[in-house]
Amino acid sequence: MTDSNEHGALTEGVYYILLALHKPMHGYGIMQFVKEISNNRVSLGAGTLYGAISTMLSKGWIKALEQEADSRKKEYVITDLGRTIVLDEIKRLEELLDNGKRIIGGYEK
Amino acid sequence: MKKVWKAFVNFEKEEKWLNDMAERGLNFISYSFARYTFEEGTPGEYIYRMELLEKLPEHPESKEYINFIEETGAEHVDTYMRWVYFRKKRSEGPFDLYSDYDSRIKYYKKVAAFIAPLTVVNLLAAVYNLHLGLSIGNESGSYGNAYISIINWLIAFILTRMLISYIRRIRKMEKEKQLYE
Repeated sequence: MTDSNEHGALTEGVYYILLALHKPMHGYGIMQFVKEISNNRVSLGAGTLYGAISTMLSKGWIKALEQEADSRKKEYVITDLGRTIVLDEIKRLEELLDNGKRIIGGYEK
Repeated sequence: MKKVWKAFVNFEKEEKWLNDMAERGLNFISYSFARYTFEEGTPGEYIYRMELLEKLPEHPESKEYINFIEETGAEHVDTYMRWVYFRKKRSEGPFDLYSDYDSRIKYYKKVAAFIAPLTVVNLLAAVYNLHLGLSIGNESGSYGNAYISIINWLIAFILTRMLISYIRRIRKMEKEKQLYE
């Protein structure tokens, strides 16, 4: 996706990670959430997840929560910017879905 | 405890071998120069994955990464230079570090960038040793460098083949990516 195009499609993984982070979660929690919500269809690789988290942190879509002293696990949560990104993506997906149903639907008896 | 001496050039073959051993109940637990240590366990208990790190294992970025992978239920088995070995119990489901084209392509590019200079160094050493070996050999009858050059040619050949296969795979994935995520 080029930089000039502001509304590129999110990857499935990024979309579901952003949904997961509407509640604070650590890495393993995100993987479990994505697996469950997709009925085991989407299984995020830990390396892929790590890369996605780093990129989204630097873009400000998510942020790391202050760690409690006794916990090694870092938790993340979505930011306002992240919520906007998800809402835009849902609009885009709705357009795809509506158009698909309308056109394919026309062939149905 | 079982120790095996073995050298790999291709990390994918190494990973496959570790998984074949685990399949037979020999679980890899540590590595030091060409020597693998295994402990006996339940056959098929673990899935092994190895990966090339961006930085050396002692670097904070690498530590953070390894820590993250461990939090997802995998076990950090060992590190050697920039290579890291992980394993996860098979009962916990499939274990792959990368699950989409973008991150897989990025990873293969990293490995290719690691192999390319090694290939060049071996090619140069092969030519140099052959030249030296022949000129010394012609004078003194000792062809030591020429023999070393054979090893260099062999390694350079294997590395070149690996590079080509990585480049092919990256191209194929980039094509797929135009259609699928």
